[in-house]
Amino acid sequence: MTAKRRIHLAAHIPGVNNTTVWSAPDAGSQIDFSSFEHFAANAERGLFDYLFLAEGLRLREHKGRLHDLDVAGRPATLSILSALAGITRDIGLVGTLSATFNEPFELAKQLASLDHLSGGRAGWNVVTSSDAFHGANFRRGGFLDFAERYERAAEFVTVAKELWNAGTDRPVSHHGKHFDVEGTFPVPVSPQRHPVVVQAGDSADGRSFAAQHAEVIFSRHSEFGAAKAFYDDVKGRLAGWGRDEDSLKILPAATFVVGDSPRDAEEKARETALAQVSPQTAIAFVEQIWGRDLSEYDPDGPLPDVEPVVDATVTRGRVRHDDPAVTARAWRERADAEGLSIRELVIALSGRHSLVGTASQIADEIDRAVQDRATDGFVIVGATNPHGLDEFVARVVPELQDRGSYRTAYDEGAILRDTLDLPPLVEGATSLARDGAAV
Amino acid sequence: MSHHLLVAAALAAGGRHPGSAPLAAPGSLRTWRGLIGGAETAGIDLVTLDDSFLLRGGAHLDALLIASAIAPATTRIGLVPAVMTAHTEPFHVATGLQTLDHVSRGRAGWLVSTGDARAEAPLFGRRDALALTDADLLDELEDAVVLSRLLWDSWEDDAVIRDVATGRYLDRDRIHPARFHGRFFSVEGASIVPRSPQGQLPVAIEVRTPAELEAAARHADVVFVSAQDVAGALSILREIRDTERRVARVGEPLRVFTDLAVLLEDTAGAATSALERLDEHAGAPLSAEIRVVAATADAVAQAIGSLHDLGYDGVRLHPARLPDDLGRIERDLLPLLAAAGHHQPADAPTSLRSRLRLPRSENRFSDSRGVLA
Repeated sequence: MTAKRRIHLAAHIPGVNNTTVWSAPDAGSQIDFSSFEHFAANAERGLFDYLFLAEGLRLREHKGRLHDLDVAGRPATLSILSALAGITRDIGLVGTLSATFNEPFELAKQLASLDHLSGGRAGWNVVTSSDAFHGANFRRGGFLDFAERYERAAEFVTVAKELWNAGTDRPVSHHGKHFDVEGTFPVPVSPQRHPVVVQAGDSADGRSFAAQHAEVIFSRHSEFGAAKAFYDDVKGRLAGWGRDEDSLKILPAATFVVGDSPRDAEEKARETALAQVSPQTAIAFVEQIWGRDLSEYDPDGPLPDVEPVVDATVTRGRVRHDDPAVTARAWRERADAEGLSIRELVIALSGRHSLVGTASQIADEIDRAVQDRATDGFVIVGATNPHGLDEFVARVVPELQDRGSYRTAYDEGAILRDTLDLPPLVEGATSLARDGAAV
Repeated sequence: MSHHLLVAAALAAGGRHPGSAPLAAPGSLRTWRGLIGGAETAGIDLVTLDDSFLLRGGAHLDALLIASAIAPATTRIGLVPAVMTAHTEPFHVATGLQTLDHVSRGRAGWLVSTGDARAEAPLFGRRDALALTDADLLDELEDAVVLSRLLWDSWEDDAVIRDVATGRYLDRDRIHPARFHGRFFSVEGASIVPRSPQGQLPVAIEVRTPAELEAAARHADVVFVSAQDVAGALSILREIRDTERRVARVGEPLRVFTDLAVLLEDTAGAATSALERLDEHAGAPLSAEIRVVAATADAVAQAIGSLHDLGYDGVRLHPARLPDDLGRIERDLLPLLAAAGHHQPADAPTSLRSRLRLPRSENRFSDSRGVLA
């Protein structure tokens, strides 16, 4: 019998959107360090591979004003991860940091510092920022065309790797299209040499970037069929880059609701969805697509009878993926067919949880997805802060361990790259793609 | 002398003396826990952490991140990392420091500096940095402090309302975008970090020129100055008060610390010859940069006592050799300062502001408007 594939889990620190229920009785502060202490201790008890923290560069706006319905405000990524390094021992510390609104020399120095201070547990989710709204908070301002964003990000990561490889031993001289860096790095080579690179983009450019640089993909595709298709596509390309299947871990985001029985779980899921989609949030959600003020509409009534405004920028600070006219038509058809009000439709669209059931059912579902190669694991997203993952750790983790596919202890002194079962880095390499592989 | 003297320690990747050996493991959290935890236990009021983008004074990590990593392991000591302003994004600087204040539960400060901006320019490829004059760099530093103070007040303390009836988490009227447009950078929005325990972090500057002193008098809370003798120390103090009047400083006067490099041995002779050996090894005397006291703990305590008598708020001690002289400061010097009534170690957790005897900072946007430069 072959050994089972090992499940990899990451713990998503609750973020600033309506997934995080601030009205729950046990909802704590989004910023007090005590919330982070609790969250990190619980995640480490649950033997997660890493903690994951998103980045905020500007407070979100809706209809030209600050969006006030969701949780807002969070710590700066690097400082909080460093503080968490001080109170944890084994868990990885992964944060989102923009390659658009940072300079490679400074960010490389900070990430190498975090890798030292954490004993080799640092990871970097590389994102590119897309709009002038965020740019207005930064020296370099503005933004880049979509194609240039990834080109700049790739050069950014390459420069960072040159610096990390050199450490204090020798000067680096990099002169490229986007960056000129000439000098010696002040931080010695760190325990992992490079922090683990995580990537979340889904586009062709994003996938190509991942093939060169990423060791983890944080994907949106958690449902089995979609996850399997994404896994097959991305992992299928790896051989072309000279990489093997295990050198890149795919971890989709997954929300969950644990119940005492399947029925109990369904009821709790419904309650959570109602808390996540308040009447006001339902209207704001639809306004994002309609691009206009809909505050006169009844959230418990039908969808607006007016058409969306094309090219509207009603919501800022959030990525929009789809054509509003097409989306609006699809939503209307579904609401008509199923007899849904605005709020019910929004719950159906956004309030669906990835993993709903008893602890045993959830463990089965996770285990199957990993053993059947639909994923390498999940980034688990809780609904409240800081207690959102307590139940997962107390109830689901022991079930996963019983199935023989989840660790029962961390390896002593392991660096994050080892915790993730990634291959060792090739000394001196600035890309993960084999030399000569098509990029 | 109405107050006890405050004692700060200046920590870097090695001792203050360039002829001394660098830290054995500058990247290890254990090293910093030992240094800063030991300083707290001994009663040192605050530490400043040096930083640079250059490989200068030995290999070193990012000072803000060292302070953040140490914060949860300490409860009383003030944590004041150097964060430079010439090559950084001011928004990241302000929010990173604010986060340090959250994780230290109100013990963060900012040692603001332009760094070696022109020497660091090739590391960033920021082409115009090479052309910036000292005056430009200082103007940019002032803008960075003004902006940070705006961002630190951009959330009122009660901006989070969690009002279930209206579905609102925030009261958007209690959040105030920076809308800062300066010569060097612009920042439009509010901070992403809710107001921190201290609100306004104490801002400290090393002052060596009249221009720096003016900038400090306008924007800082703490200055670190350097004088070779008592006469010099007295004249700097007068100059500081004159400058405060000239720029019409509002609020609390600057808290003034004098910088002192310290080398401690059991006898005066041993201290002198140890300093000579280091000077020789470095190829230049340390006293060219900073006042150096190489002596017994008794003699150093007396030197510090006379600065206290002049009216200084504090002294920042730079261990000539690290960790040796820090250990001797803690073991030998601090008990003498306490016995002579110059220093009183803090025995309870407190904010850095209150450690510096600065009043609580009211948010400038709150209804009860407070004083703020």
